[in-house]
Amino acid sequence: MADHSSNGGAAGPTHKVLVPRHKLATRITHWINVVAFVMLLLSGLAIFNAHPALYWGQKTDFDHPWLAMTATPAPGGKLVGHTKVGGADFVTTGVLGASPGVDGKPQARGFPKWLTMPPYKALVDGRHWHFFFAWLLVLNGLAYLAFGFWNGHLPKDLWPTRQDLKEIPHEIVTHAKLQFPKDERATRYNVLQKMAYGGVILAFIVLILAGLTLSPRLDAGFHLPDLFFGRQSARSIHFILAWAIVAFLALHLFMVVASGTWNNIRSMITGRYAIEVPETSEGGDHEA
Amino acid sequence: MKPERRGFLSGLVLSTSALVLAGCNKIANSSAVDHVLTSAEAFNRRMGHFFVRPKSLAREYSRADISRFFKPNGSIAPDNPADASSTPAYRAHVASNFADWRLVIDGLVEHPQTLSIADLKAMPAKAQITRHDCVEGWSSIAEWRGVQLARLLQKAQLKPNAKYIVFHCADAIDKNDDGSPLFYYESIDLEDAFHPQTILAYAMNGQPLPVPHGAPLRLRVERQLGYKQAKYVMRVEAVDSYKRYGQGKGGYWEDNGYEWYAGI
Repeated sequence: MADHSSNGGAAGPTHKVLVPRHKLATRITHWINVVAFVMLLLSGLAIFNAHPALYWGQKTDFDHPWLAMTATPAPGGKLVGHTKVGGADFVTTGVLGASPGVDGKPQARGFPKWLTMPPYKALVDGRHWHFFFAWLLVLNGLAYLAFGFWNGHLPKDLWPTRQDLKEIPHEIVTHAKLQFPKDERATRYNVLQKMAYGGVILAFIVLILAGLTLSPRLDAGFHLPDLFFGRQSARSIHFILAWAIVAFLALHLFMVVASGTWNNIRSMITGRYAIEVPETSEGGDHEA
Repeated sequence: MKPERRGFLSGLVLSTSALVLAGCNKIANSSAVDHVLTSAEAFNRRMGHFFVRPKSLAREYSRADISRFFKPNGSIAPDNPADASSTPAYRAHVASNFADWRLVIDGLVEHPQTLSIADLKAMPAKAQITRHDCVEGWSSIAEWRGVQLARLLQKAQLKPNAKYIVFHCADAIDKNDDGSPLFYYESIDLEDAFHPQTILAYAMNGQPLPVPHGAPLRLRVERQLGYKQAKYVMRVEAVDSYKRYGQGKGGYWEDNGYEWYAGI
């Protein structure tokens, strides 16, 4: 098959071969992380709904949240949802502040039922889901880091090299044009991937620490709120980082689609990734 | 990619989304699922106790940190006859400014006690400015003054088989199935009962404890969430097991599914 891409590297005829891309430990921990993060996000929003407002500092200044979702009654038994960010007030009926409950009737609730686990309003059950999947996320994350250092994945594949840093401007241009290498370079992370994945690992670590700060028992041992400028700040940072990871996820899914949906998904399930090599070269399985 | 493999993957994605969309409520309502989920509670408790020593102190703050508005929660108006939590007995105590009110300490103790507010105030006082973290997510800071629970328990002298301290409260937080009042109650273990910051507080921010915050006496057990801080405490009972009270989970909110050890 001919390669017409200017970014493909090799000139002349090429064919596709399947090559190993992701190690088994990476694949397993990736998918467990997907499940754990989604459940933590949904149950976290259910917990947030018990007091849908966020503050800065150690204690709650109820009159000055930086983010608040409220409901005000309107004629005809309706509820108007408001979202206040800083000084701005947005009407967000149906999604934030007020939306239909599981019985279909309008309900005062921060996030809507399709973004919370459980969908019905129950702080107690939200906490149960959250703590269960928090342990799954932490144990899975520790396994990922342990394998990553043991098999060299983290230092070899994720840590940017000096050469990587020089390529940042070039990579930004090719990413903006949605041009991705299809040859053996595609089996390695480019510098933007390294920075994004490294950033997500860091975000998860800070996110978990901010969550642990909400524990009065742990605060007695470690004075964790000092790390985050107070317990209410820690709650805000926990919330912001969760959404930062959602933003990463959106970009991540976009890049998966833009650079070859099924090839990427297969490589994260079976570990094998199709690349294009010149006709003359050997090695790898021919794709059917 | 082979068509059948693509079919498998699409099927996986589709069936998962269908399950998620249709099943969340059903899954969330299942008691078997809840049983699995709540297995995490023991991990939370064990890790908290593993990493934080029994006598480690909750952070104390300065007067400047005290909240201008400390949100009262749970029962907040048992002095109001129109309030569901109110009882004639409690209203009579409010009317007489708690002159006839007595704290009873009994159960598995050698010397049961009956103490008035004046008796408690005559004992050495412990004051602390601490942060109250509600399970809902907010925090308020106040100064509490009272008697260390350890001091009261030493006076009463626990029997060797005492394992927990149960706090019986005056507010009718709910109703039993037969319509009779269900009084708030809580329980803690001896590690927390003998912790230096665990006090029965009779004053808040230099004033006698206000009714919304648990007059005349409330528990402060500073390394746990707000629902453990029992208000309107009438009786302190030493027990070997808290199973015989309420639904047997050790407290009103615990009977409603919340964690007995409220460390996070």
